Amino acid sequence: MESIYLIIVLAPLLASAIAGLAGGKIGRAGAHSVTIAGVAISFALSLYVLWRLAFGGAEPYNGNVYEWATVGNLTIAVGFLIDSLTALMMVVVTGVSLAVHVYTIGYMHDDPGYTRFFSYISLFTFSMLMLVMSNNFMQLFFGWEAVGLVSYLLIGFWFKRPSAVFANLKAFLVNRVGDFGFLLGIGGVLYFAGSLDYAEVFARAEGLQGETINILGAAEWSALTVICICLFIGAMGKSAQVPLHVWLPDSMEGPTPISALIHAATMVTAGIFMVARMSPLYEFSEPALAFVIVIGATTAFFTGLLGLVQQDIKRVIAYSTLSQLGYMTVALGASAYAAGIFHLMTHAFFKALLFLAAGSVIIAMHHEQDIRKMGGLRKYMPITYWTSVIGTLALIGFPGFSGFFSKDALIEAVHASSLPGSGYAYWCVLLGVFVTSLYSFRLLFVVFHGNERMDHHTKEHLHETPAVVTGPLIALAIPSVIIGWLTIGPVLFGGFFDGAIFVRPEHDVLATVGEEFHGAGAFILHALTHSVTVYLAAAGALVAWFLYLKRPELPGVLLERLAVLHKVLVNKYYFDWVNENVIARATRGVGRVLWRVGDQLLIDGLIVNGSARAVGVVSSFARGLQSGYLYHYAFAMVIALAVLIGWFALKG
Amino acid sequence: MITIAHYLVLAAILFSLAVAGIFINRKNVILLLMCIELMLLSVNFNFVAFSRMLGDTLGQIFVFFILTVAAAEAAIGLAILVVLFRSKRSINVDALDSLKG
Amino acid sequence: MATTVLFYAFAAILVIAALGVITSRNPVYAALFLVFAFLQSAVLWLLIEAEFLAIALVLVYVGAVMVLFLFVVMMLDINLEELRSGFTRYLPLGIGVALVVVIEIAYVIWFRADGRAFVTPERNPADYSNTKELGAVLYTEHVYAFEIAAMLLLLAIVAAITLTMRKREGLKVQDVPAQVAVRAQDRLRVVKVEPVKEQAG
Repeated sequence: MESIYLIIVLAPLLASAIAGLAGGKIGRAGAHSVTIAGVAISFALSLYVLWRLAFGGAEPYNGNVYEWATVGNLTIAVGFLIDSLTALMMVVVTGVSLAVHVYTIGYMHDDPGYTRFFSYISLFTFSMLMLVMSNNFMQLFFGWEAVGLVSYLLIGFWFKRPSAVFANLKAFLVNRVGDFGFLLGIGGVLYFAGSLDYAEVFARAEGLQGETINILGAAEWSALTVICICLFIGAMGKSAQVPLHVWLPDSMEGPTPISALIHAATMVTAGIFMVARMSPLYEFSEPALAFVIVIGATTAFFTGLLGLVQQDIKRVIAYSTLSQLGYMTVALGASAYAAGIFHLMTHAFFKALLFLAAGSVIIAMHHEQDIRKMGGLRKYMPITYWTSVIGTLALIGFPGFSGFFSKDALIEAVHASSLPGSGYAYWCVLLGVFVTSLYSFRLLFVVFHGNERMDHHTKEHLHETPAVVTGPLIALAIPSVIIGWLTIGPVLFGGFFDGAIFVRPEHDVLATVGEEFHGAGAFILHALTHSVTVYLAAAGALVAWFLYLKRPELPGVLLERLAVLHKVLVNKYYFDWVNENVIARATRGVGRVLWRVGDQLLIDGLIVNGSARAVGVVSSFARGLQSGYLYHYAFAMVIALAVLIGWFALKG
Repeated sequence: MITIAHYLVLAAILFSLAVAGIFINRKNVILLLMCIELMLLSVNFNFVAFSRMLGDTLGQIFVFFILTVAAAEAAIGLAILVVLFRSKRSINVDALDSLKG
Repeated sequence: MATTVLFYAFAAILVIAALGVITSRNPVYAALFLVFAFLQSAVLWLLIEAEFLAIALVLVYVGAVMVLFLFVVMMLDINLEELRSGFTRYLPLGIGVALVVVIEIAYVIWFRADGRAFVTPERNPADYSNTKELGAVLYTEHVYAFEIAAMLLLLAIVAAITLTMRKREGLKVQDVPAQVAVRAQDRLRVVKVEPVKEQAG
């Protein structure tokens, strides 16, 4: 089996290398063929692995493939941990990656960097697979950094655009802040558990409960809490939680396929995956879980609000992604790790679908992204329209679609949780349902319904996009519909994640929810009768219909009345303003002070040049003594004589 | 009563006068040499006084040799002075600053 | 009593002469002041019964060295105007240091020598011959140093002459080594000359 795992990881890497280094020689067709072949092999093998684990009764695999370094007692190795969690992630990653690969043939058709793009997305697939398949923190960190790097490369793919360069630097730097916390967490793990291997660390997790760590003087903090929070800071960077969420909207500067792949389905979910993987650690630290749930809830609700005022089609979906990531984080915080991962899976499909559909629209509109210039597109692009509808329904949680199952299970789990902060989280996620529905249907109506606001020239060229573009859309729409219905039972309540995710009995909210679970159909009925989520979603859709179809002039009026609120939303709660003008400015200021004063003045001026100048001063004084006149020298001798006599006379 | 101390103090006075003379003198190399002779004289005073005090003739022997050496040194010094005068046409001490660093 | 008066008198004149040496503008005056100083010190040495040295001082120092000085002073064509300026610039410092040295030495003699300097030397007996005493020691214990001193004087003579000797142009001087090193073939060249042909008539 080891060789299968190795092939899964290395096939995309090899394809990426070939496409990247020999792209010119093998041409565009060669580049996309080899990378699609690589990812297709990985996908097929990942499905096989998942099938074996889920149905074939195979045992989870944990083994080292290559020992990289040994430092004292610490062994750093390359290894794989293949259990149900990993297998699920592998399928999601390779599946969405394959769809995006095929889609890119159409989307990047006219782009001069065609082969480079395929190389990058294959490289990304490799990095993400290394991340999810790793069995130790070092490899996890390697994958973590690698996906960050590839994200940087891809966001700035059109590197001649200043906005793209700004965005990719922003993404990388914000991620770096998260990675700093992550590294502190890993350091803490190494210090307290003495190993970087998952199995060893998790075995020692319970025993670490009593350990404390001394930070900032006299305060003693629980070591596990500190470690978990530091690790979560890494997740905050990678999964774009408030306040490290600012990079995700800017990352829309990259081509749409990568927005689908990286910033919807895979890279941003790395943080969620990591927390679920570290569940044995988090379960023993309630403060950390409370921290997670509060951050997640804040992200879920407040970034959703921002989606209401965006005019760029991709930005709306980006804020939707931020909001849904918040939902997943809330689930993790409530110890409903399985629900979080389940939502991750369904979200991967329907969000990638939505992004790719947006990309399809963008292609058709000749790379126009402003929704104010769209409208009534459903006549021209039926496939895109219907797949978008499916995606939207899945997103808002329409009963029966995949999103419904994952979201409702999540909300029920949060409701059942007794963690401090879960009450706040419950209200955030509940209200978030309304907001989600509102902005999703806003997007749908503004883009596909209503008056046609594009100019005449574009309208003439408007037609459905080619099969390479719509094919993946259909391919992703299918799981968006059925995967929830099919898998909620076994995954959430059937012990699919046993052994992979650890939940302490007192935190086990999913068990509580599961007591009332009697199958998918019963779940739908239960939701319709016992909870308000469906009705909130319906309300959101209704309001959207009202504002954007029935009375399209109303939004303008509302804008005037709520101008202040609107200003705050448009400025994204001033996070960017603070980052750019306060934090970045201050850092540059500190750098400048250190440069001017510390470096130029003190080190160069005082120490380096100053010592030289001091030598010069002393020597110029000494030079004065060399007058050339012998009698001066003789007189100096006499003075010395006088001093010596005086000294000996007085010393006596 | 005249004690040895008187001679010693007298020698000290002579010596310091000679030193002052070397330093004050600015214009005359010959004066430099004469001040050196004065210093040697003061040293001779010291030797003779101590020889008397200790009853040892060794001090006076040493004065004998100092006299010899002083004479030799004066001769050579003056010879140098003459050569110097030939090249520089003046005996100004201030002109001899080629050792200036 | 008499010695006291004599001592103070001659000591005072000695100091004045020394002052005169260092403050004279004219180098000839300075040299003559120095001669004066030497004479005073000779008398003082007589008072302390170092007769041979006193006479030696007069004979050697005054008679030879100072005469040499005067020779040179008068031989060099010294510009007297130059010598008059710039005297007082370093006067304070010089006097200061001189005073310091004197005071220090006086202090050492007076307070640090446990009063050992305050002895009056005994008068020698009437048949004491200073010269004889010196000679007895000089030619036995210190004959080596004596010989070297003689060599030193020879050295001084040679050095002085070598330093000041200059070659004058146009002198016809015989270079004896060159004369001796001549070779016959440099001076004489035998040339075979053909006899002159008989001329007709």
